[in-house]
Amino acid sequence: MSKIIIDGLTKVFGNNPAKALQMLEQGFSKDEILQKTGQAVGLNNVSFTIEAGETFVVMGLSGSGKSTLIRCINRLIEPTRGKVFVDGAEVTAMNEQELREFRRHKQAMVFQQFALFPHRTVLENAAFGLEIQDVGRPERFERAREALALVGLTGWEDSYPHQLSGGMQQRVGLARALAVSPDILLMDEAFSALDPLIRREMQDELLELQEKMNKTIFFITHDLDEALKIGDRVALMKDGAVVQIGTPEEILTHPADEYVARFVEDVDLSKVLTAEGVMKDPEVLAFPKDGPRVAMRKMKDKGISSIFVVDRNRRLLGYVLMEEAAKAADRGDPDLTKIMRTDCIKVPPESTLNELFEKSATSVVPLVVVNEAGRILGIIIRGVLLAGLVKENYAND
Amino acid sequence: MIEKILNPLEYLPRLPLGEGIEVAIEWLRVHLSPVTRALSEVMQSLIVRMTDGLIWLPPLVLIILFSLIAWRLSNRSVAAFSFAGLILIYNFGLWPAAMQTLSLVVLSAVVSICIGIPMGIAGARSETFHRIVWPVLDLMQTLPAFVYLIPVVFFFRMGEVPAVMATVVFAMPPVIRLTGLGIRQVPKELVEACGAFGTTEWQKLVKVQLPLAMPTIMAGVNQCIMLSLSMVVIAAMIGAPGLGTKVWGAIQRLNIGGGFESGLAVVVLAIILDRITQNLQNKKIQG
Ligand SMILES: Nc1ncnc2c1ncn2[C@@H]1O[C@H](COP(=O)(O)OP(=O)(O)O)[C@@H](O)[C@H]1O
Ligand SMILES: [Mg+2]
Repeated sequence: MSKIIIDGLTKVFGNNPAKALQMLEQGFSKDEILQKTGQAVGLNNVSFTIEAGETFVVMGLSGSGKSTLIRCINRLIEPTRGKVFVDGAEVTAMNEQELREFRRHKQAMVFQQFALFPHRTVLENAAFGLEIQDVGRPERFERAREALALVGLTGWEDSYPHQLSGGMQQRVGLARALAVSPDILLMDEAFSALDPLIRREMQDELLELQEKMNKTIFFITHDLDEALKIGDRVALMKDGAVVQIGTPEEILTHPADEYVARFVEDVDLSKVLTAEGVMKDPEVLAFPKDGPRVAMRKMKDKGISSIFVVDRNRRLLGYVLMEEAAKAADRGDPDLTKIMRTDCIKVPPESTLNELFEKSATSVVPLVVVNEAGRILGIIIRGVLLAGLVKENYAND
Repeated sequence: MIEKILNPLEYLPRLPLGEGIEVAIEWLRVHLSPVTRALSEVMQSLIVRMTDGLIWLPPLVLIILFSLIAWRLSNRSVAAFSFAGLILIYNFGLWPAAMQTLSLVVLSAVVSICIGIPMGIAGARSETFHRIVWPVLDLMQTLPAFVYLIPVVFFFRMGEVPAVMATVVFAMPPVIRLTGLGIRQVPKELVEACGAFGTTEWQKLVKVQLPLAMPTIMAGVNQCIMLSLSMVVIAAMIGAPGLGTKVWGAIQRLNIGGGFESGLAVVVLAIILDRITQNLQNKKIQG
């Protein structure tokens, strides 16, 4: 059964929408309507259906109406015309009480700027939705803890949001949404405010989580790479209207019109398929002053078998293998640089996937992406590289 | 004759605003007197009991208590200042007067807060209410206190109660303004996030808007207390006993030394109350 049905949704911002609606029907453009009536068209007759368990991505340039659309689903913005159904119930016909129940139990939202409550701890933030449902204290904290564990934030419960990095803050935002166990996750550019590396990490985690949870996810982005990576289906919006809906392949291979084609061109395959596009943040680095023991501990913590050594400016010096660090530690030798190897393969951020693939075949440790100054930008693990290649193949079809 | 031609404004009949106000006040006095009397009695007994209680306690116990409160809510140096300052007040023989003033200020502040915070919330939520109330607040703050002293005395006679009334009129506006401001300043994404979780308006207010507005509201409370203290001399003129009476008496007798000591006592009270409430507002900001 269809989870969400959106039928002829139109939104006009302004105090006299009637005139604007009429002009829309006559086929006037958004700009013309704004000039003639002063009314801003947010959405123009949007219709589509989302299946249960689907990750549906809406993308479009800034101002194309994505935020308006997602907010019409839970009526944070009242549509001017059109209907929204969720599980067969018409959300647009609900009274205040019914709408509140719907918002509390059926859906939860994740916001671009995180929108965490600064006066509440991480745990209290995550428990917010349950608190609103009047779930008792022990139970809601229990469930909030579980949600925080799901996003990898165990141990941070008593911190305040401002003490966390952007990526971690958005994890709290995600946990806050997951804690109420909603069927539907509404994510409005949830990762757009994050750094590219963190962002990619969050995308991976969302995919992983989705495999376990099987929610219906309505995800908004202005980034085609993100859309293609996350979406089962993607809708492209322009000036408040949907221009094309399809699977990532369909969008890439059969762009519906000029607008989509230009977008797809912009995917900049070369960017996705360079070292910079596939590299990962090295989770942990060692410094020369670390002895073998500290280096070993760092590797153990992350479950890795080698660790890169950098100087204080993150310039790459070499790497150390777990087994050699263990031996040195047994000998009681405190100098890490003695066992440090320097034969790691450095690549510039713009090297292509094919180059990388050849190089990684000969290397036991991950490839290191460094900039001209020799500073480490990221690392490339072989598995990730393969995933990148798969992507390249379908893009070339 | 020639002057009248040169100044045609002279032909306008005089607008009887003053007379109108007098008639209105007189009518209100007659018809509201059961209400004002009841209100008056409740407040009178409250303030008398509070003052009696404060004076009944051994001064040293109270001084230590105040210093401890200052320590808890603020820091050690404020506590030390409170201790020394209060002993100084006792030493000047102004202890009972200071306690009377303290009761008056506390009661006025409590009344201002109880009325002002709900009004501030209403002002933040309703544009219409905001537009009606804000000019009234301007009026309350700019009208010379003496102008409303007269009707206040009319309604409540002389004594502590009219003093509290006059003080409230003067000291409440910042509470209303800053409560409204604080709530309006809560980032709109946070209010939206609240709504997305299905909050009622009440939950939104209590769980997010008020806590986030708290530092601003406390700034309003702080100003309110300071303004209440600045009214003590005027309060004395309508018969409220306290430090103001001492100052007023000193002025009338041109007693420079006595006036200075009483004035200093007011300043000491002001600094203590100010530091304590200021730290209260800073403490809430963390997190
Ligand atoms: N509250 C509002 N008042 C007037 N116009 C608005 C309002 N919100 C959005 N709009 C207009 O609606 C259009 C779509 O905005 P939005 O949905 O925020 O786009 P997106 O999220 O895709 O960047 C824009 O042209 C914007 O100017
Ligand atoms: Mg947006």
